[in-house]
Order: sequence, then C-alpha cells, then structure tokens
Amino acid sequence: MNDAQPLLSVRNLRKEFPIRKGVFARQVGSVKAVNDVSFDVARGETLGVVGESGCGKTTTGRTILRLIEPTSGEVRFEGRDVRSMGTSELRALRREMQIIFQDPVSSLNPRMTVGAIIREGLTIHELAEGAAAVARVRQLLEEVGLRAEYSNRYPHEFSGGQRQRIGIARALSVEPKFIVCDEPVSALDVSVQAQVINLLGDLQREHDLTYMFIAHDLSVVEHIADRVAVMYLGKVVELATSDDLYREPLMPYTQALLSAVPVADPKARKERIILQGDVPSPANPPTGCVFHPRCHHPAKDAACAKIVPSLEEKAPGHFAACIKQPPTKVSWEEQKQAGGVHPPERYLPLAAVHA
Amino acid sequence: MTAPLLSIHDLRTWFYTEGGVARAVDGVSFDIGAGETVGIVGESGCGKSVTALSILRLIQPPGRIETGSRIEFEGREIVTLGDEEIRDIRGNRISMIFQEPMSALNPVFRVGDQVAEVARVHAGMSKKEAWDRAVEMLALTGIPDAETRARQYPHQLSGGMRQRVLIAMALMMKPALVIADEPTTALDVTIQAQILDLLVDLQKKIGTSILMITHDLGVIAETTSRVIVMYAGEVVEQADVDELFAKPHHPYTEGLMHSMPHIGHDQERLNVIPGTVPSPTDWPHGCRFRDRCPYSWELCEREHPPLYEVGGAHVSRCHLAIEPERRNHPHPPLVVQEGVAAA
Repeated sequence: MNDAQPLLSVRNLRKEFPIRKGVFARQVGSVKAVNDVSFDVARGETLGVVGESGCGKTTTGRTILRLIEPTSGEVRFEGRDVRSMGTSELRALRREMQIIFQDPVSSLNPRMTVGAIIREGLTIHELAEGAAAVARVRQLLEEVGLRAEYSNRYPHEFSGGQRQRIGIARALSVEPKFIVCDEPVSALDVSVQAQVINLLGDLQREHDLTYMFIAHDLSVVEHIADRVAVMYLGKVVELATSDDLYREPLMPYTQALLSAVPVADPKARKERIILQGDVPSPANPPTGCVFHPRCHHPAKDAACAKIVPSLEEKAPGHFAACIKQPPTKVSWEEQKQAGGVHPPERYLPLAAVHA
Repeated sequence: MTAPLLSIHDLRTWFYTEGGVARAVDGVSFDIGAGETVGIVGESGCGKSVTALSILRLIQPPGRIETGSRIEFEGREIVTLGDEEIRDIRGNRISMIFQEPMSALNPVFRVGDQVAEVARVHAGMSKKEAWDRAVEMLALTGIPDAETRARQYPHQLSGGMRQRVLIAMALMMKPALVIADEPTTALDVTIQAQILDLLVDLQKKIGTSILMITHDLGVIAETTSRVIVMYAGEVVEQADVDELFAKPHHPYTEGLMHSMPHIGHDQERLNVIPGTVPSPTDWPHGCRFRDRCPYSWELCEREHPPLYEVGGAHVSRCHLAIEPERRNHPHPPLVVQEGVAAA
C-alpha cells in the first residue's frame, strides 16, 4: 500500500429509494438521492460536503459506511471493496470508519450511561474489557473535554454541546482512521459550535484522522475542510480546494449558495443572487444539467436542458459540472446540435460572492 | 420624540417549575419605534423567545409575567389587558411568524382558508372577501400561482412556501408590529435569502415594525437597524447595528462575534466562549457572564452591573464601562474550560 492511494475512493455511487403506491406496493418511480457521485478522500485530509436539504449529502455519507446499501457504484477503503464485504468483514471495517451524527439527543441511547455508550464499541471489537475498558472510557472522556466522573451519568443530564462530545468520544473509542461527521455542529449554539469545531480539529491532528465533514453551513465548512464538494440534487456539481472554491466558485449554483450566506457585517452588504423557486423533486429531476431551471449563467440556453454535464477539471484540481463555464470538453458544435445559442463564455457575477 | 410603538419596562417572566423558579426573562426593558426593525440576538435559553411570547401574552402556566412588568403598546398596557382585548390585538395589531412553519400551520385546512381566517375574525369579512384578500396576500409574498396554492394543504408546500404562507398570514391585517421568531432557522440558505429579502421588501411596502429574533448575527446585520443582545434573561447590550458590529462593548457580544467562522477569513482555531450558559433557576449573583469572561474582576462578583451608557444610544451591562483599561489585560476565565483536549 502506498501513500498516493486515497484512503477512500468512491466511483459512480448511486442510491435510489423506490416510491411505492397502491395495494400491492407497486414501484411507480424512484427518488435518486445519490446520482452518480465520484470522489476521493486522501489520508489525513478533511473533505467537506455542502448542499441544501435533500441534496443527498447525508445519504452519500451513510452509503459509504453501508448504513444504507447503495444501489450501484464502487466504494473502496484502503483499496478494499466495501460493497462486496460480508458481515464479519464489514464489522471489522466499522472499526476503521465511524460516524458522528447531527442530533446529539436521538443518537445517544437514553437508557444507557455515558460510560456504557462509549464502552459498547470496545466490547464489540474486543479492544478492552474490565478495568482496562473503564480506564479507556475515562481517558476518552477527558480527551473530548469532559470530566471522567461523567461516565456514570445519563445523556439527558448533559447540554447539547456536551452530548456531541460524548458522540465524538464514542466514535473515537475504536481508534478509527476515517470519520463521517454528519452535520455535527448544526444543532449547537454559536459559542458551543466553535468549541466542538476546535475539538474536532485538535483530535484530527493528534490521531491522524481523515474526515468527511457534511454540513449545510458554508462558513463552518470553509473553516474545517481542505477540499469541498458541493452537491445539488444528488450530484456533485463542484469539487475544489476550499481556498479555490470560496475565492472563485465556477458553478453557478455554488455562486448563488455563497452569495446567500448572510454576512455578520452591516457595512458589507453585497449584491446577492436570489435563486428563483425551490429545489426540484429528486424523484423527477430536470433533464440535462439538474440546476438549469434555476440557473443565472448568462450563457444558459437550450443545450443546458439536453446535455448532462460531467465533472470537468476547469483549473488544476478545480472540478465543476457546467458546459457553459470554459474550458469545457463539450464542443460548441455539440452544444449547437443540442439547441445551444450562446457559446460558452466566462461571465459569472463574482461581485455577488465577494463584498 | 414621539412615543414609541412598543415600550417594555422591567419585564420579568418567571416559570415556577419543580426544580425552582426559572427566571427566563429577568428585568428586560426596550422600545421599538414605528416602522423600525429591531433585532434580538442571543443563544438558546437567553430569554429571547420568552420575551416575544410575553409581548403577545402567550405565556402558559407554570410561567407568569410578574407584577410590576410593563408592556405598553399603542398606549395600552398589555400585561393587565383582559382576554377579549388581547385577542383583538393578536394577529391584528401584533402578529408573529414562527420558526417551524409546519407546526404553525394546521395540516387539515387549506392554506388559503387559514390565511383568510385572520381577516374573517379580525375584520369580519365575508368568506368570499377574506378568500380574495388571502390570495392577494399570498401573491404578494411571491407565491407563484397563488390561487391554486391557496387551495392546497400545508404538506403539499415546500418549507420556503410554508414560511411565505405564515408571512402572508402575519401581514394580513397590516399589523403595527410583526414578531419574527427565528423565521429562517429551519430553512436552507438560498431559501433563507429569499425570505429575508421578502420580509425587508414587505416591511417597506406596509410600513410595519419588525422585531427579529435570531441567534444568527448574519441575519441581524442584514435586516435590522438596532440590536439588543440578550444573555441569561437580561439585555446585556443595545446599539445601532453599525455601532454594535464596529464596536461591541460587552465581552459576551465580543465573544459571540469572534466565535463565528467568517467566509474569507482564514484562522487556525476559532475563538470560543468557554463554559456554558448558567441555569435560569440559579443565575450567578453579580455579573451573570462573570465566570466565562476574560476581563472579570472582584467588582463583577460584588455588584450586578447596570446598563451603562457607552456612547450615544449604545448601552452595555458591563463594568468595563467604568474601568475600560482592564480590556487590555485579559485573563483566563474562571470557568473550567471545556473543549481543550487534555494534552
């Protein structure tokens, strides 16, 4: 195994949820929650995944861990094919891949003490028992900034931020390499959110962790992620380093998303791209580019409704799915045949993103 | 200066729970002028929502608005108003937009009927008149094809649409004051932008005052002209929006602003406010922020700080106002700092 190999590699991942109707629960369609998603996560990096509700970011995280079975596609963890694993292999894998959930209330069993919650993983994976397990639990609690005596208390005795720390301690207990953080700070107040973000950063450095950090809050993701994937309607529409993505978003959707974030500075009132309407239903996504009905790209035309854009490398390491954002592999001839009238040109109102 | 539209004086709303008396709102005073947009910002449990509910007299037992509290609205004293009279104000002169649009709408009635009901109750309009007015109002909030949408049920609408319905309902009677309690917290950021734009736009058209309650400083900066910061049941700072963001005085306000990640500002670690909000049944004596404050000294324990004037209309509940040089000498807060991994 070499270092160049990504820790996690996802190819053409799809997850469709069937829609059933009638007495015989006949399948009448499907919700394409994750629709042909591919990306790599390198060892030690944090990949941020952003998007609005229903874009498939949580489903992506869960299909990677096989908490939800994918419909098709490939997931490789350290080169091993996760999808073909049997029960015992999968159990062993779960020691290396963990998840921290959004809601710190419903993700902790109210009838178990904090100590029992954290110890469960140790027992299942036969990492420690008896006095050694107790000592390990105390150590984990201290590591996440809680007092060791808390191990005999129940989750309801803690505040939201403290519960999230317990969730983090549970994930850490089995010494994973990779953690999917699914909106870990969305339910927390601003000041507590900062505490938990700093904690996740510290733990990453100490334990050499790799994170997939799923969130809808763009400023939190910018802070924590090395690279960011933007999802819309089940697809990754842009993928770049966090610096590039926030400095020069190349996909019109990312632009609109960034421009919509309220800025805590009354002097910096910026021009804003207000997207019209709502996100279309993933059961019946638009043809061609899924974003085209709401797109503000000045070169948008009929070709956008016909040609499905692939994630193209527009600048080194900066991928975007847009046939109108040059350079593009979809030739002008091809676009004209699909009804295109505007040649691709770089003309996106960047002023909306930067005040 | 003319009398303000709403004037709250020493509002105390306490909850008599088994665990003791929770002093959720504990001596809050502020004014809102006609046509003004005022923001209340603070974290969970600071008393911002209870303040809003108190204005509408929606406090249920074991909660109680304590005697001596005064809420004067359009010259009337709300605290002592009879039930009949307060019902006449609610939804008519003061209306509210709630955080969770799904639970604020009745799932078994068409949204048009729910909006129309406001006009039937308060203006005694006929069914037809009220319906037409509701459709007009829904169209005004940017709902496309309002006539069709009005015939639909809440579950058939998206989150953003439902919030528009609530806004239509709130503005139906052209109220003097709209209280928006976290109106965009449940919404995605692009939809939030639509809704905030809409609120600002409608306010200009209708001329109502807005009390915007939120935990999001970004929302405050973009929509309000004056800001009230609440902490532990009290107003800790109040200023014009530009002044507050340029020169936050209270250490809590300062901490809140620094603990938010900003797009375009690269920082290795976020600043945190250590510790957590104290329990409302047991507010600390002296300054309630003392334990978490990097500047606190012996005076902060001895004396509960009053709201000091720190320049023009800017007030702050912090003794730093009389000993400003202490700001140059921060120290680690008293509270055991959680969140620092034991090295």
